[in-house]
Amino acid sequence: MRLRRRLAPALGAALLAAMAFLWVTPFLWTLVASFRPEGAGHADMASLVPDLDPTLENFRNAFDSGTFGLYYLNTVIVVGGVLAMQCVTVSLAGYAFARLRFRGRNLLFYGFLLQLMLVPPALIVPNLRTVVDLGLYDTLAGVMAPYFASAFGTFLMRQTFLAIPRDFEEAAAIDGAPWWAVIWYVLLPMARPGLVAFAIVSVTTHWNEFLWPLMVINDPAKQTLTIGLASFTLGAESGKEWGVLAAGTLLVMAPLAVAFVAFQRRFVDSFVFSGVKG
Amino acid sequence: MAVTDAAPEIGGINSGARTVSGLAGRRRAQARVLPYALLAPSLIFLGLFTYLPVIRVAIESLYDKPHGLGDAAARFVGGDNYARVLGDPAFREAAGNNLVYALGTLIPTLILALAFALAVQRSTRFNTVLRTVLFFPSLVPLVAAASLFFFIFLPGVGLLDYYLGKIGIEGPNWLGNSDLALWSVIGLTVWKNAGYYMLFYIAGLQNISRDTIEAATIDGANAWQRLRYVILPALAPTTSFVLVIATINVLTSVDHVVVLTRGGPSNATNLLLYYIFQTAHENFDYGKAAAATLMSVAVLLAISLTSMRVMEQGGRGAT
Repeated sequence: MRLRRRLAPALGAALLAAMAFLWVTPFLWTLVASFRPEGAGHADMASLVPDLDPTLENFRNAFDSGTFGLYYLNTVIVVGGVLAMQCVTVSLAGYAFARLRFRGRNLLFYGFLLQLMLVPPALIVPNLRTVVDLGLYDTLAGVMAPYFASAFGTFLMRQTFLAIPRDFEEAAAIDGAPWWAVIWYVLLPMARPGLVAFAIVSVTTHWNEFLWPLMVINDPAKQTLTIGLASFTLGAESGKEWGVLAAGTLLVMAPLAVAFVAFQRRFVDSFVFSGVKG
Repeated sequence: MAVTDAAPEIGGINSGARTVSGLAGRRRAQARVLPYALLAPSLIFLGLFTYLPVIRVAIESLYDKPHGLGDAAARFVGGDNYARVLGDPAFREAAGNNLVYALGTLIPTLILALAFALAVQRSTRFNTVLRTVLFFPSLVPLVAAASLFFFIFLPGVGLLDYYLGKIGIEGPNWLGNSDLALWSVIGLTVWKNAGYYMLFYIAGLQNISRDTIEAATIDGANAWQRLRYVILPALAPTTSFVLVIATINVLTSVDHVVVLTRGGPSNATNLLLYYIFQTAHENFDYGKAAAATLMSVAVLLAISLTSMRVMEQGGRGAT
């Protein structure tokens, strides 16, 4: 009995350590392989043991052959554009639902809710037709447009605004501040944690997005990182450029990974909150 | 319009009590319009990209080609597209695969997520590292994960076969074997998502009061009994919540299929959304794609609405 009591936690810890190692292995390999010189031999490409003379050559090749610089720029434009627009729509709508009484409020609220179920990926076919009709096919604006309104963001901002006492706004309103000044100068500064949580989820989602930009974008110069990486992967299939592929994958993941390590708590909290988004 | 109203109001207040009644009237008029003006930006985009598309596929699924495309007029074909979709063996395979994929992904993912959460719930420095490691895959793009697994699954020289070879096992063709390919894709998805759902279970576990668990311990419940009769029932709202987002996820993300297998070999990894993507984007059969989209949207709505009802009946909301 006593032996079992001591053995069980040890076994559990060992199992957990094994799982954690299994989980981290793909990343370990990426890291090792991306710094491995090309001449290291094809057969041992899968080895997890780092090489003795690490090289940056793979990264240079990835940048040259994949035009990663351009992909970065396009991705940053998409992610930034979506976020900027969302911040406006989400703050306004969140304020309306949190503070104002009006006819049809519940109905409209359910209308917003619908977006959580009819998620954009399910509607890629008709949305592509709409984007074509709007003349936005093969533009970055076309990639962004379906995400300008966010039900998740609206709910998050509504919750955030609801948690702020009304006293502050009332004081501002008595001083004659118009509604937009109340939102901009009083509510938004206090709602910053909510906005940051939303921003983290939004940036991560759109940084990682693939299928929709793949459909909208035709021009290679307008591709985003994920599309670039995918065509890169399919190109490497025939060749043996695994080191370059590993470097490319690392380049795509790096910005979010660095941000995550730096602001871990914030990320985790935001993602727990983001569950409603689906 | 609401913006220009605001300026004179400030003057109104400053010029004394005389104008207050006029101000109140204007305030009231503005208060009537303001909510809708604030919602308008969101509603425009929701209308264009959430409501309109549903109406659009409902209509286009009844025609042989989309309205206003090309010079030939669209011809009304009634239920033809639906019949063609349902009669398409590839669609039936995709639907069947999606069911296997959903169950094969959800069950191990949820069990692992709970196990991970139980293992790392106490906030020690070591557990923080473990949480990071386990959560990290959900942060990377599905495409990047697919690129990594493309190499892991590579026959002979890939990571998996390389290390299996070291212990004398010759690995199968993970993605090329049609009996195995879907399970390889499932493996990737489990790896990618378990850490994400773990977060919800950690949050759920923190809401269970220590007293309840201690009381059960004092009453002589062993670890398994505590899990079965105390912790799992208390986590029920979290579980149904995770189940919903996980189900929506398995129905709406196919990036890895695009990169790894393109639905192959011989449709073994074709999933519904990939079928829709292919029908529209590669075969340009819009009527058929519209019909398939409408059907999958109906499934999504049914799942979300049922689960919402279940969760409401459960009372306490998750997280």
